[in-house]
Amino acid sequence: MIRDPSDLQRYNASERANHWIVGICFILLALSGLALFHPALFPLTNLFGGGVWTRILHPFIGVIMMLFFVVMFFRFKRLNHMTDPDWEWVKRAREMVDGDDHNMPEMGKYNGGQKLLFWFLGLAMLMLFVSGIIIWRAYFSHYFPIGVIRTGAVLHAVFATVMIIAIIVHVYAAIWVRGTIRAMLYGTVTRAWAKQHHRAWYRQVTGK
Amino acid sequence: MALQSLDIAKRSATTTEPPQARKTLEVAKLIDVSKCIGCKACQVACLQWNDLHEEVGSCGGTYDNPTDMTANSWTVMRYAEVESEERGLEWLIRKDGCMHCEDPGCLKACPAPGAIIKYANGIVDFHQENCIGCGYCVAGCPFNVPRISKKDSKAYKCTLCSDRVAVGLEPACVKVCPTGSISFGSKEDMKELADERITELKERGFKNAGLYDPAGVGGTHVMYVLNHADKPSLYSGLPADPTIAPTVSLWKGFAKPLAMAGIAAAALGGLFHYVMKGPNEVSKEIEAEVEKELEAEK
Repeated sequence: MIRDPSDLQRYNASERANHWIVGICFILLALSGLALFHPALFPLTNLFGGGVWTRILHPFIGVIMMLFFVVMFFRFKRLNHMTDPDWEWVKRAREMVDGDDHNMPEMGKYNGGQKLLFWFLGLAMLMLFVSGIIIWRAYFSHYFPIGVIRTGAVLHAVFATVMIIAIIVHVYAAIWVRGTIRAMLYGTVTRAWAKQHHRAWYRQVTGK
Repeated sequence: MALQSLDIAKRSATTTEPPQARKTLEVAKLIDVSKCIGCKACQVACLQWNDLHEEVGSCGGTYDNPTDMTANSWTVMRYAEVESEERGLEWLIRKDGCMHCEDPGCLKACPAPGAIIKYANGIVDFHQENCIGCGYCVAGCPFNVPRISKKDSKAYKCTLCSDRVAVGLEPACVKVCPTGSISFGSKEDMKELADERITELKERGFKNAGLYDPAGVGGTHVMYVLNHADKPSLYSGLPADPTIAPTVSLWKGFAKPLAMAGIAAAALGGLFHYVMKGPNEVSKEIEAEVEKELEAEK
């Protein structure tokens, strides 16, 4: 029920559902993964029914996330190729974070930061999936030599940590830029939001 | 196997100090490989005392039976046929099992609090009731010892008969060894015993005889007298200089506080950025422009 017909559609229902399935999986994976990573966070296993259940569930949730991430990746891939203005945006990102976005170049549907995040998440998901399979003791670890398993465990921890940090930045950016979260909740943004933050995309969809 | 009566020196996935009011004697099991006849009495005693049963397996072409340690077989005799010009054919038989490291890689890797305990006497013990079955201990162990049960996904290995030792008995394998190849006592005494035997072996021409008590893992509480201590790998791949792998040390050492600090910094950074810089709202100017554009359309 769109009450303001002048609002712009940014995501359709299927894209939003796809994003939230991946998002929910990520939250469950981060909580269960951190529980098994640092002793101080082991009590988080209680959210999953104890240590054994956490160990059982974590990799299966990971597989679900990977499946839906792959769908989302190919959905948004062509919108995320870096262009010259994107690199210019990245160079000037510091000014914007500091509170001055007057010199920021015009952005299409995604800005340079969002695009870099997209490619980083693609890499992180691939690395986490591969290393996760290697350290999945119940089904796969016996296929790999011990050195590979140890390296897999380190890489899993490293990429998980960087990905958690990246997602914190992703979520914070959505909170900081007011009027953004509704795009992923019910799909639309205001025209003013689009003109302010993604002017090239605004021109493209409104023809102005 | 849980046993509360021994003092605890280290506890897995625990960042605070364990109870350590008392100091107990460090113990060790000494396995004199040069006296072993490969009778497997130790394997049988281990199964019997711990009330375990091994499936009937298949022959791998050697006397190794079962061919590897399992969740039930916590010790296995490994038979290596080694030929050299000097000595001709030698049968080097090694009783394999947990080495009870002073610095146990399994315990370092374990994410479950209290699933692996190192007692003050040096015994490293798995407490299956706390084990979550992740297999990290397998990755942590420099000796390839822990085995994950296919039935219950718990990790198992030699307990050094911590239950027997707690009540003043020697481990079951020591009790039954018919040649006196396995001894048990304080680590100090076992080293002395080893020295005497090594002198004897050297007199008999084994010039490289020596004690296997690898410093890379802080020493072990299961030690070997080897007639060729210069080449431990002759004994079915006993590692010459075992240490906790650098990858495991990184994963379970430096990476943990660094990752926590990074995640906390990102979250706090966001909060303080919002509080100090304020939200990024759409400017009134642009709102007015858009209003005008819409008006013009009508």
